[in-house]
Amino acid sequence: MNVRRFLLRFTALGYLLLVLLGPLAMVFVRAFDQGAGALWRTLSDPNTVHAFELTTVIAGITVPLNTVFGVVCALAIVRRRFPGAGLVNALVDLPLAISPVVVGLSLFLLYGRTGWFGPWFERHGTQILFALPSMVIATIFVSLPFVAREVVPTLREIGDEQEQAARTLGASGWQTFWRITLPSIRWAVVYGVVLTTARCLGEYGAVAVVSGNLEGKTQTATLRVQDAYENFNQAGAYGVALVLAAMSVVVLVAMTLVKPREESV
Amino acid sequence: MGLGAAIVVSLLNAVFGTITAWVLVRDEFRGQSIVNAVIDLPFALPTIVAGLTLLALYGPRSPVGIDVSLTRKAILLALLFVTLPFVVRTVQPVLLALDLEAEEAARALGAGEFRVFRSIVLPNILPGILSGVALAFARAVGEIGALVLIAGNRPFKTEVASVFVFLHIQGGDQAGASAVAVVMLAISFALLLLIGGLRFLATRHERA
Amino acid sequence: MSIVVRNVSKRFGIFQALDDVSLDVEGGALTALLGPSGSGKSTLLRIIAGLEWPDAGEIQLAGEDATALSTQQRGVGFVFQHYAAFKHMSVRENIAFGLKVRKRPKEEIRSRVNDLLALVQLQGFGDRYPAQLSGGQRQRMALARALAPEPRVLLLDEPFGALDARVRAELRGWLRRLHDETHTTTVFVTHDQEEAMDVADEVVVMNRGRVEQVAPPRELYDAPANEFVMSFVGRANRIGNTWVRPHDLEVVLEPNGSTREAQVERVVHLGFEVRAELVRDDGEQLAVQLTRDQAAALELARGQIVYVRPTRETVF
Repeated sequence: MNVRRFLLRFTALGYLLLVLLGPLAMVFVRAFDQGAGALWRTLSDPNTVHAFELTTVIAGITVPLNTVFGVVCALAIVRRRFPGAGLVNALVDLPLAISPVVVGLSLFLLYGRTGWFGPWFERHGTQILFALPSMVIATIFVSLPFVAREVVPTLREIGDEQEQAARTLGASGWQTFWRITLPSIRWAVVYGVVLTTARCLGEYGAVAVVSGNLEGKTQTATLRVQDAYENFNQAGAYGVALVLAAMSVVVLVAMTLVKPREESV
Repeated sequence: MGLGAAIVVSLLNAVFGTITAWVLVRDEFRGQSIVNAVIDLPFALPTIVAGLTLLALYGPRSPVGIDVSLTRKAILLALLFVTLPFVVRTVQPVLLALDLEAEEAARALGAGEFRVFRSIVLPNILPGILSGVALAFARAVGEIGALVLIAGNRPFKTEVASVFVFLHIQGGDQAGASAVAVVMLAISFALLLLIGGLRFLATRHERA
Repeated sequence: MSIVVRNVSKRFGIFQALDDVSLDVEGGALTALLGPSGSGKSTLLRIIAGLEWPDAGEIQLAGEDATALSTQQRGVGFVFQHYAAFKHMSVRENIAFGLKVRKRPKEEIRSRVNDLLALVQLQGFGDRYPAQLSGGQRQRMALARALAPEPRVLLLDEPFGALDARVRAELRGWLRRLHDETHTTTVFVTHDQEEAMDVADEVVVMNRGRVEQVAPPRELYDAPANEFVMSFVGRANRIGNTWVRPHDLEVVLEPNGSTREAQVERVVHLGFEVRAELVRDDGEQLAVQLTRDQAAALELARGQIVYVRPTRETVF
């Protein structure tokens, strides 16, 4: 019994170390390879700063939109018995199953010079492709499911008895949502927001396809990592990666802090 | 194109993901909660950074003397990294909810440990494992960020579908990219259907 | 406020939950809906509250058609079996909820909540959260919450079902006293006949989506309308076409012409009451209920031969 248990534990932890933690630790090592001064020069480069700003702007637009959408979607899936609820449920998962590259390509085909909507926008002087709008749309798409996926099981678990009670006490649908439903799912929403944020900050594929990757213009932080690495600027690549990795550690900590509370409700 | 790698990655995930979930739920050791948190790292870490980290440890200047860059093993490693949480996170809640008394009852009826696992535990967690594997497979087929630094440059550009599409869009060949993308989309929809079916299967005993 | 249910039917998929049910509840009455699980009693209560919609039929509250009104508009108080406590709110906030959504003045809310806390004997628990209360306390909180907006009707769905026996009995007496003080029209659902008989003025017996009988508790027991009520309310022996209550069987040691021979299979002593199972010479199984003194006089024991005679029979 004990031998087997230790064997399993050793296997699991060894696997995690090999695939997960080892590589991560190396980013920190490499980033400081050429000293803190070099790291600082990399990070204070105007193009790097701009890349982080752009990433922040995209996340700032995407996260609130997807939060509202995710909560509405979860309510539709769990609370309203309408034909096609199962379809909505499946469609919400779509962005998880589709490659970001394919997402990027479809935007390319829609908004490109020869695409369905591209010419119309071009005539009206709005640049979609190789500009902020397409990058935001791409990010919205790939980070769409996270809030809904967290909220759906929580909504199922709390049931609708509290909401019924609120209605018998004279609360309107709107009052019931704000006073009963939302407080009950708040930690699931927060958790979903954290995941959404992580995905927005880290998205590469879809954005890489539609952005054009112009340094100082349409280059996000993740694109900057690739650009620097491929131009043999190892310090730059590892520097930006370090900041992104640090952000994801913050995200992880946030996730850990939020999760137990959610379970104890 | 890249399906072979995705299949290998899915199988490895099925085994190691289940073991990891088991260790997290049934074992007890110091630092377990930290390990539990670390599982989500691939969800939190930008995939381009993941690719970079793998190059740092298992690449040209590897401190452990293993250089797999420019080999297919690098692709496998990168995909293993980004797909690690899926099986763990789908199996873990099922294991947690599993009725320990059913296992004790089986033992009381004379079943050995392997028998208990095969007859009691596995049938319950199998839908979880499979939907985790399906998600991991979908991710492996579509992954680009973690691969672009490893495989994006030349030698394996035809090995992985997502990289193929990526490079062809950047090369201006939308038709070629679209052709492969359609196949990838078909795989995505098939996997979604599979996951939906598994979800149905997993709850079949609870439905009246 | 009176409640009138007219020809209400409700179907869930292929399950007919309510089948053309009509019912009149007088204003100020305390009524129990009694029936086995699946009899439709909870569905009927939820339709009265507007939590479910009938497929056909009409609901009148205080003489007015309320069928199309939402729960919010009906002004009913509803108590759920599993409390439906607002977990993220304190006891005080739970009770105040119905008043807050009506935008009552703060001062009024505060004093009303204080009165209700006293009424349900939860003074000192106002700042606790539902998770910190026992089941009985949670249900008292839920009652106070339902009473706060001064509902015209109080509806309770198996209110004591999740509580242990002692707390149940306590809350039962408490609900009865509460009703005697306020005279709010009250309808509660239960599958426990003792609870229905103990608390209600009028009992509605339901089975398979239909109303079997509406009567005061005593009449229900003494004059059941049909075989279902006879067998569901109180225990009864069925001998051929006739029904006999266990206490309506006389047991003697000598035959006397109208008696028949039986053998004692089992004797159970429940304090004052003694229950015996007899097998008559024709193979008929009979349950008999005696007082302790009667059993002692007979020296009732397993295997013994006795003679039985029904003193009161019912034929449908």
